[in-house]
Amino acid sequence: MTPLAEAPMQRERATTIYEKSKAGRRAAVLPDAGVPETPIEDLIPANLLRAEPPNLPEVAEPEIVRHYNRLSRRNFDLDSGFYPLGSCTMKHNPRLNERVAALPGHARLHPAQDPRRAQGALELMYLLQASLAEICGLPSVSLQPSAGSHGELAGLLLTRAYHADRGEVRTKVLAPDTSHGTNPASVTMAGYEVVKVATNQRGGVDMDDLRAKIEEDPSQIACLMLTNPNTLGLFDENIEEIAGLIHSAGGTLYYDGANLNAIMGRTRPGDMGFDIVHLNLHKSFSQPHGGGGPGAGPIAVSERIEPFLPRPQVVRREGAGGHGPRFDLDFDRPKSIGRLRGFQGNFGVFVRSYAYILSLGADGLTEASETAVLNANYLKARLAAGRAGERLPIAFDRHCMHEFVLSGRPMKKELGLATLDLAKRLLDFGFHPPTVYFPLLVDEALMVEPTETETKESLDAFADAVEEILAEAETDPEVAKNAPYSTPVRRLDEVRATRKPVVRQPLG
Amino acid sequence: MSRYTSATPDDRAEMLAVIGVSSVDELFEQIPGPLRLGRPLELPAGMSEAEVYERLAGLAARNADAEAEVTFLGAGMYDHYVPAIVDAITSRSEFLTPYTPYQPEISQGGLQVMFEFQTAMSELTGLPVSNAGLYEGPSSVASAGYLAMGATKRRKFVVSRGVHPHSRETLATYSVGYGAEVVEVGLAGGVTDAAALAAAVDGETAAVILQSPNFLGAVEDVEALGAAAKEHGALLVVACDPMTLGILKPPGECGADIALGEGQPLGNRLDFGGPSFGFFCSTEAQIRRMPGRIAGETEDVDGRRGFVLALQTREQHIRREKATNNICTAQALNALGAMVHLAWLGREGFRDLGELLVRRTAYARERLAAVDGVELLHDAPVVREFAVRLDAPVDRVLDRVAEHGIAAGYALGREYSEYDDALLVAITERRTREQIDALAEALGAAVAEGRGEKLPDSGSKSPQGATERVVA
Repeated sequence: MTPLAEAPMQRERATTIYEKSKAGRRAAVLPDAGVPETPIEDLIPANLLRAEPPNLPEVAEPEIVRHYNRLSRRNFDLDSGFYPLGSCTMKHNPRLNERVAALPGHARLHPAQDPRRAQGALELMYLLQASLAEICGLPSVSLQPSAGSHGELAGLLLTRAYHADRGEVRTKVLAPDTSHGTNPASVTMAGYEVVKVATNQRGGVDMDDLRAKIEEDPSQIACLMLTNPNTLGLFDENIEEIAGLIHSAGGTLYYDGANLNAIMGRTRPGDMGFDIVHLNLHKSFSQPHGGGGPGAGPIAVSERIEPFLPRPQVVRREGAGGHGPRFDLDFDRPKSIGRLRGFQGNFGVFVRSYAYILSLGADGLTEASETAVLNANYLKARLAAGRAGERLPIAFDRHCMHEFVLSGRPMKKELGLATLDLAKRLLDFGFHPPTVYFPLLVDEALMVEPTETETKESLDAFADAVEEILAEAETDPEVAKNAPYSTPVRRLDEVRATRKPVVRQPLG
Repeated sequence: MSRYTSATPDDRAEMLAVIGVSSVDELFEQIPGPLRLGRPLELPAGMSEAEVYERLAGLAARNADAEAEVTFLGAGMYDHYVPAIVDAITSRSEFLTPYTPYQPEISQGGLQVMFEFQTAMSELTGLPVSNAGLYEGPSSVASAGYLAMGATKRRKFVVSRGVHPHSRETLATYSVGYGAEVVEVGLAGGVTDAAALAAAVDGETAAVILQSPNFLGAVEDVEALGAAAKEHGALLVVACDPMTLGILKPPGECGADIALGEGQPLGNRLDFGGPSFGFFCSTEAQIRRMPGRIAGETEDVDGRRGFVLALQTREQHIRREKATNNICTAQALNALGAMVHLAWLGREGFRDLGELLVRRTAYARERLAAVDGVELLHDAPVVREFAVRLDAPVDRVLDRVAEHGIAAGYALGREYSEYDDALLVAITERRTREQIDALAEALGAAVAEGRGEKLPDSGSKSPQGATERVVA
């Protein structure tokens, strides 16, 4: 791994599918129309027609397969190795879930099918709603939001509708300075103003700051958005008092469920006093991340929020006159905030997540969270016992939940190595780096979430790699500063991609 | 140990010793006592893989899917043939299991797919900039509204009633949050009422939002309708069906500032409505207001070509409350499916498929219109979907036709009270001439049988006296 050698992966330069195109080649053979070959101009007026077909690549099937297989090898993925990306819960993606999602009864079911002929799908959605409601400790669930940030937007629109129904207009949403970036972004989209709440010495919400922000004008507080355990991986012990303060001000309490993987079967957001929770089915419930989607972000809500849930809602209508129960889509919800998207949500994700819940069951889900917490604390302890203890200290030194945050500040000061350098050097060791530079509160942050599906051996290997990189940097920091060396490309010019963006290929 | 964990009792003991605690419970002591659940979750015990498969296969069997019946349902999602290579490529671990490409050096595959996808969508829509994908169609319309507000500093949207009802409702839901007004313009002869549109657009209008083909299947004259937007400095937003863009003049050539839509027809399953993806293209002028991920081409330190997430300064993880949108998902795997499907079709195949749709649809439209008791709802040009009026209650006709193993189409009365006698019929390359003929016959018989019958009093399908319990 000398800095000058060109690694095997790098000898193959990036070539796009368009550059492999040659006029006249094609893969698709279409069925005969079997109807009169009427000229298209006789069916659609010429002024509405396209002059030339779009410049799509012209490539035969074998080369398409090769092209995308080659591209796939230029990706690192969860099945290749340890992926401790904080806040992302990169747990194993069971292949059983892919198999059941691909059954024609799921995969080829039209979303506008008459509910009477989609009873299996609606029952599955109903059962998933019930399971998520139990896990969250809240009575009602909507599966509609497409992702966590969509769930956040839903939660804020629900808050607005709830207050409007009471004749109130509130303008401010509180969020800790450690919150995910989506929280403030969703607040703005929902037409509210963000008010930042400080973090205390133990990594929780600063209660004095919270009280002060509320007391400025309690009637303006619409909501507090909280992640618990928070993005530092710490459970906020004051949560009951926080809930009390927000509820007496008349606000709602929103739970960002990105970190739910820490607490399943151990505690529930509903029992903590939360009104609205989003769950990331692609995090805690094993939906593959797909390189950036798809996911799903169902929301669970308390009784007072339920009337405002998005439309339609999957319901079970009890049988009358000797008939069994029937599942249906309920559109008759006069107080609903309305739709957040088309049709019923990301059903394929629901199938996978429900398969996961059935596989693990009550005990398995609880054990998953327990092992996630055990793995995180073990890795934290292993790192603290080595050079990382000094160079990469834990930001808030107490037992963590499913993830923890280190600060690279001493490493940067003493070795001249930024957190980014460590992350890039980890690539050469075959690891995906932790989340870096988040939360913003921690200088040179590294956020590590191992998940429950990693072995002790993987955790040990990661701790050993960090140790080796720090030792290497003590003698020659330049190695890490110029890393990586073994990846398909080395450090990329990201500034140029923003200043002078090239976002498509020019084609003749 | 549960199914997917591997800590043995020995591992646990060793790990606890390194941590310096005696039990896992100790790690959970940071949760205050009263908040601990203290009982097992009320969920069934875990099941073996074979049992889970059987349970879910049992549920799947209770759905009438497009393999079990011949479906003419469309309304935004279509039963196209997805080539086998799409499944083969999208199920590769290297595409299936990574996160968003935050570390570009080890994500070149995914980033290049995004770049190729953006190029393809830009070609299809005739606009220079595409993002890497959004959740799906209707929420993309709402995101376009948000962009238009930012670009024009205005707060009114003029929306055609031909835009998908789910898109209009989603836009209305979002608008309550970001504080915009939605004004709807009606249809005349199956297409947007041009005079009404021109009258509704003014100096307060942030965006004019059209769909072509519209929800009734009719191709709109986007160029002519869009003139009102240009005149008043509003953005022209066009929702489109990507599968029609091998045939129809691209929105970018019709003056659109934004072209977007539901991506499902390209390489994605029906999946009872998702996951799929939304595509979103714009002019250069809007590139810094775009929602979602965008991949860009660049070079590494040694001058090798590479790809990164570009323009991240628009996004929530950098800009927080000042982000152009809260979205982080690109539906990357779904967009990959679309890209592979488009490469498989290729330049010629994509146009040929479009022509096949136009011709089969023309045949089906003519065939159905010839049936006694069936007439066209409009005679505007169509590509792959059309609407007919039935001289019999639609729900009853649908039930009768279903007995022949055919889903005849989408009852327009679900969303348009003015068309409660109408049916929307969709054609794909999977719907053969024989199937179309079978539909015509079954429809004819059902209409003949149902003619003269009164429409039911209400749309409610609840059996008399049924009680309803919402969720669990």
